[in-house]
Amino acid sequence: MQTWIKIGLLSDIPRLGSRTIETEQGQVAVFRTSDDEVFAMFNRCPHKGGPLSEGIVSGRVVACPLHNWVIDLATGEATAPDKGCTRTVPSRLVDGAVWLELKAGRQVSHG
Amino acid sequence: MNAHSRQKLIVIGNGMAGMRTVEELLARAPVRYDITVFGAEPHPNYNRIMLSSVLAGEKTIDDIVINSREWYEANGITLHTGDPVTGIDPATKTVRSASGLVVPYDALLLSTGSKPLMPPLPGLELPGVVAFRDIADTDAMLEAAAKKQRAVVIGGGLLGLEAAWGLKRRGMPVALVHLMPTLMERQLDVEAAKLLQKDLTERGLHFFTSGQTEEIMGADRAEGIKLTDGREIPAELVVVAIGIRPNVDLAKAAGLEVNRGIVVGDDMATSDPSIYAVGECVEHRGQIFGLVAPLWEQAKVCAARMAGDDQAIYVTPALSTRLKITGIDVFSAGQLVAQDEADEELVYRDSARGIYKKLVLRADKVVGAVMYGDVEDGAWYFQLMRDKADIAAIRDRMIFGQVYADVSCKGKGGIDVAAMADDVQVCGCNGVSKGAIVTAIKAKGLTSLDEVKAHTKAGSSCGQCASVVQAILAHTTGEVVEAKAAGLCGCTDLGHDDVRREIVSQEMKTMAAVRAKLGWRTQDGCAKCRPALNYYLLCAWPAEYVDHGQSRFINERVHANIQKDGTYSVVPRMWGGLTTAAELRAIADVADKFNIPTVKVTGGQRIDLFGVKKEQLPAVWADLNKAGMVSGHAYAKGLRTVKTCVGSEWCRFGTQDSTALGVKLEKLMWGSWTPHKVKLAVSGCPRNCAEATIKDIGIICVEAGYDISVGGNGGIELRGTDHLVRVATEDEVLEYAAAFMQIYREEAHYLERTAPWVERVGMDYVTARVVEDAAGRKAAAARFLFSQKYAQIDPWAERVEGMDAHEFQSLAEVL
Repeated sequence: MQTWIKIGLLSDIPRLGSRTIETEQGQVAVFRTSDDEVFAMFNRCPHKGGPLSEGIVSGRVVACPLHNWVIDLATGEATAPDKGCTRTVPSRLVDGAVWLELKAGRQVSHG
Repeated sequence: MNAHSRQKLIVIGNGMAGMRTVEELLARAPVRYDITVFGAEPHPNYNRIMLSSVLAGEKTIDDIVINSREWYEANGITLHTGDPVTGIDPATKTVRSASGLVVPYDALLLSTGSKPLMPPLPGLELPGVVAFRDIADTDAMLEAAAKKQRAVVIGGGLLGLEAAWGLKRRGMPVALVHLMPTLMERQLDVEAAKLLQKDLTERGLHFFTSGQTEEIMGADRAEGIKLTDGREIPAELVVVAIGIRPNVDLAKAAGLEVNRGIVVGDDMATSDPSIYAVGECVEHRGQIFGLVAPLWEQAKVCAARMAGDDQAIYVTPALSTRLKITGIDVFSAGQLVAQDEADEELVYRDSARGIYKKLVLRADKVVGAVMYGDVEDGAWYFQLMRDKADIAAIRDRMIFGQVYADVSCKGKGGIDVAAMADDVQVCGCNGVSKGAIVTAIKAKGLTSLDEVKAHTKAGSSCGQCASVVQAILAHTTGEVVEAKAAGLCGCTDLGHDDVRREIVSQEMKTMAAVRAKLGWRTQDGCAKCRPALNYYLLCAWPAEYVDHGQSRFINERVHANIQKDGTYSVVPRMWGGLTTAAELRAIADVADKFNIPTVKVTGGQRIDLFGVKKEQLPAVWADLNKAGMVSGHAYAKGLRTVKTCVGSEWCRFGTQDSTALGVKLEKLMWGSWTPHKVKLAVSGCPRNCAEATIKDIGIICVEAGYDISVGGNGGIELRGTDHLVRVATEDEVLEYAAAFMQIYREEAHYLERTAPWVERVGMDYVTARVVEDAAGRKAAAARFLFSQKYAQIDPWAERVEGMDAHEFQSLAEVL
């Protein structure tokens, strides 16, 4: 069952940067743009599984640190001409707190 | 535009130049004109050049048709074949044809070609005498051949030789009479011409050089020819192929300006602005034309003009010649022989194999080429000639061909991509073959190097093959694609140098200011320009600029090297490659404590710990710090390592204490950020055990002091260092090295190693700045030291203290 879970504060994530969340389905990367938008997706580049959380964020894209594929933060899709898609995770920003819609966990611990 | 408002274009002459012009015009302005074509011959448009191949039985007439009647229909062109135009009236803008048609025009194109040049010989009118110009002539020759008659060809130029060979191939005994002492004297020098004559004689042709024809003998048909020296050559077929002259009859009758040919300007218009002319019938700046290359160029310019482009200008291209006789390879272009003392000739001669090559050079440029027997490199020499390329660097081996010339000049002399097989791997990084690149270019209509990189990945990693990819692109699209000056990225049109200059001159000290003032198209920049701007600002304002971690590649952001599985590797600094038992013990303890799976000695004389998880990094660093070790910056676009040999302290050959000097250099330079990684080495003697000659800065100790050389690279593209200077003391080594480093830091493009930078700016420039300008050197070294005050802080210790803690912890666990 999917539920909305509060995973931290916007201020925990550096602008143009990212933090990671450990989940049962795998690591999720949460990105913050320069306009304070928040996006989340599973932390694996569709190309060779590179950790997208370590990439450089600009506009609404992140460049994978391994081979520079550019992934759209909103859709999880690789930008042309590369083809591939990373599963996104619905996210929400409420009063400075970041919420993700994830499979319900038994516990949430904040690092 | 509807059909009624179209202008009327009449083309007189259904040959190669005229129809090429029509094709070009249709491509540019498909609906501008209603086109009517008149051709004197009863055939559709065909490739006249290939008549020799038809004669030789290698091709049929059908093979050489360029545009079928269906093509004319499909393009809405009215074609009148076998109906020559007999008159033009520029006053009423009409033409009249032999069949009585009177057709009006708005624009007229004359492409009436040429006529065979016929000498005023008695007997020229006899049956059995033909020229070699059109299908009818070819048919007449084939008919004679079928009767096993004998032939004599008058004229030893390109056309005459091809005619003679074609007839010989058809089984006729053939003699060839040539006025000059050697064949093809306009295209070949004496030596090549003699080789040609020898080969053709062996193939059964009989030559009468320096032979002037007096008359064609025969009563009611040709029976042979008689030379002025009295010799007689019996033949039933006489082919006159001494040359061509522009067909100007119509133009002259119409009152157009005519000299040897129909006079046209650079716009291909005749003296009547609504009448254009192209091809063998024209005379441009005193020159008339018999080869096909300039005709294509004329067609292009003429079509552009007719389509309304008033900028198009015709310039006669450089010309090259090939002889179409199967098995005989001849190539010539430009000047055939040295004309004065400023010209030089390079000659290669292999008489046993019948190979002769000659290049004529002037001021280190190719101005002519004559080749016989092996013409494989003709196109390459011709390219060098047209490009006016400076060949000084390949002069000593270029005569052996491109393959040899390119051995140490890869990508500079140009690579023969046409000869490259489809399965040749072009991009070694991404495993992309030539065939894959060509397929992508064709299928996706790619037109720029960036697009090819994006779609195929070729050239997108290390970039070494980019020049080959560029060449394949040019070859595939058939266009010369100019490599654009490398812009920084898609966010701006400015190049690296522009941006660096403006940062300093406008005193911009934040990335946001740079992007705003220099008109960036993106708010945040991109993954390409952000690291570059971050570096440029850091280099320009070392005391003031605050480093922006989110604009650094992950390795520099977390001060470790990311690996393919997302773990990191950790390399502690070992000054000059020196270590101690205590350090090694500490490293061993770290490896045990953190279950480090792989420990490896690096090429730069350091120890690399692989497989460290990101969250473990601060703890690993803390332990290494405790043992006195700091970051080795093995991840940085900055000083990596100074590799040393043991030098005079232990080695029986050592001349100086290379190890101690290496330590001093590393202490001087560690922590500095640079456009790309920088590696140094110090060898204690010229045996060079530290391999200093493939480093960014290499020091080789000698008895008299220290040889400093720069710009080496042992990586993707091997490059030996260039010698910079020999100095006497260690202090001088440090000063020169610091100055070189600082000038590289300030002037190279981001991600440009010293090797390509030195090649780009030239060693003369580097020497002028670092060696000759003593004050400038000291100032640059001082700037480097100033910058180092802010750079030499161990990033590991900072992070052990808690800096950037968010990098090393996950935000939450949802389990």
